[in-house]
Amino acid sequence: MLRLIGRRLLFMLPTLILASMLIFALAEVLPGDVGRSILGIYASPADVAALNHKLGADLPLVQRYATWAGHFVTGDWGDSPVQKVPVRPLVMQALGKSLLLAGFALVLIVPVSIVLGVFSGLRRDSWLDRTITVSTLSMTVIPEFVSGVVLLYVFAVWLKWLPVTALAPDNAPFYERLYYLILPAIPLMFLELGYIARMARVGTVQVLAMPYIRTAVLKGVPRRRVIFGHVLRNAMVPTVTVIGSQVGWLIGGLVVVEQLFGYPGIGNLMVNSALNHDVPVLEASVLMVAIVYMFANLIADIVVALLNPRIRKGG
Amino acid sequence: MDDDPRSPFGPDPDLRAEGMELGADPEMLELRADAAVAGREHELPGGSDRKTEEFQADAAAAAEQRRQRRYLVRTLFRSPTFMVGLVIVLFWVFMALFSTFITQSPTHTDPSVSLQSPSPAHWFGTDELGRDVLARTMAGARTVLIIAPLATMLALLWGGIIGLIAGFYRGLTDEIIMRLIDVLLALPIIITSILILSLLGKGTAIIIIAIGALFTPVVSRTVRAAVIGEREREYVMAARLRGERSAFVMSREILPNITQPIIVEGTIRLGYAVFTAATLSFLGFGLAPPSPDWGLTISVERIYLQVAPWTVLFAAAALASLVVAVNLITDGLGRTFSK
Repeated sequence: MLRLIGRRLLFMLPTLILASMLIFALAEVLPGDVGRSILGIYASPADVAALNHKLGADLPLVQRYATWAGHFVTGDWGDSPVQKVPVRPLVMQALGKSLLLAGFALVLIVPVSIVLGVFSGLRRDSWLDRTITVSTLSMTVIPEFVSGVVLLYVFAVWLKWLPVTALAPDNAPFYERLYYLILPAIPLMFLELGYIARMARVGTVQVLAMPYIRTAVLKGVPRRRVIFGHVLRNAMVPTVTVIGSQVGWLIGGLVVVEQLFGYPGIGNLMVNSALNHDVPVLEASVLMVAIVYMFANLIADIVVALLNPRIRKGG
Repeated sequence: MDDDPRSPFGPDPDLRAEGMELGADPEMLELRADAAVAGREHELPGGSDRKTEEFQADAAAAAEQRRQRRYLVRTLFRSPTFMVGLVIVLFWVFMALFSTFITQSPTHTDPSVSLQSPSPAHWFGTDELGRDVLARTMAGARTVLIIAPLATMLALLWGGIIGLIAGFYRGLTDEIIMRLIDVLLALPIIITSILILSLLGKGTAIIIIAIGALFTPVVSRTVRAAVIGEREREYVMAARLRGERSAFVMSREILPNITQPIIVEGTIRLGYAVFTAATLSFLGFGLAPPSPDWGLTISVERIYLQVAPWTVLFAAAALASLVVAVNLITDGLGRTFSK
């Protein structure tokens, strides 16, 4: 197990370095003149050159990358030229908010998708099965801002059950913050629902076909115990496995949902810094997302390995 | 680690594999046809009897392939999911092309009727500038229907070439290509596209190229897998033995035999391209305002959700119908091919 984790961590390093190069290349090489893009088209060439020199933008590319990466690793992320504040607290606070929202959405996804999937698997090919399958898959393919805006209308504007904003007032207790996050978390849940519920359904159908289930039923084990003791447990394995592979989608969904609800998470920060050409913030937030993404994938792999001894032993 | 976008409505992965296997039938026929051609070229001894036989085999193979194609098309048109999806998509294509001749102008402003609720004069109501929401909803498909198919075609073209090369040559070439592709997938697609668009600037052409490039890795993986399934087959060996160039073997021998997985992959990508294009335009990386684009409309009008929900909800419903319809087509295609 430890060997597996160690090996995965070792594999992560080159990918992370390549990803950071990609981010650096996209953010600093493509726009051309950094000083010009900060100062605007009316600045004098001398000012632009002076700023470029100050920022180190006139140094060779490799050296600039090394400096940038070195500063990132040592925690010196510099200041945002647009917002005039240090980058690191800005990114870290936003990341914390996003993790809360994503975690809440994940907590919702697991039980809902398993219940729906197991139900449709148990009533395979019935109208209930078809309804669940079609509606969950539709929710998954519809963009999250579309489902989000409809939910916002129904639950916040029309029924007035939930707040319109996603951010609770400052120093609100934890449960109240979660209450504000219900509405943004649902579109995120939809995004994953179809796929994960389908895996739970497939898992259920497969388990139901197993001889030991027939044995249990014939032995006279109550249906409830068959479902809870055997079906549910075995349907969970493929379900948990696919959740890990969906982290990328969850992050993409976060970007959109945060924008829709005006929630100041890392997706919101990323989009706004991209639109405002706030390059240091953009770089730092994208790199942080890449790191979180890779660790999430690692955790998913570890969970899968824990659930499946064959991978664990073979690793 | 795998960010393989899934195909929610699409066929199950295992079904897809079956779909690839399905190619076996026409392919065996092609193999026979190939052998026949090879035999003819080398003028094997055997006399005219043998030649006639070969020609008959050729003709029979061609007829069988035609019959199979007809059968597939007929099954498709009988599939309710496919037909419903097709009708909705065709409706939006029609509206994108001709809505300006049917409805009012989508950009005509009239401050005297701003934010009016649906009425006989304005079936879907009006927005804050007094523009007709019905006209804007109908015209809103245009950008998505330009961006998504073109981006998908780009991804199929690039991914097809890369996948063919990687799967055909294997070895070091394959290894290098696949590692490079992994790096492209190291970040979620929406984030890479935001990076690209914020730096290259906005614009329809850039969005098309960005989405096309970001979908290329997944397409090339699918194509590569299909090529690997084909390259050891006898008809490929026959072509190589008779000394065909690699490019010929890839494009004229292997490619026709992997069209089904490529078509299915294409429709899956099309669904995601609509999704991604709409999302980018919602995030503000697409067209600028007066455009009636749905993603943009939802983004701009959502501040009126409390006072004039119709400005937002019709665009939302329209976009949802298009996305679901594309996925219904994918589903129908996948089911038919895997039968």
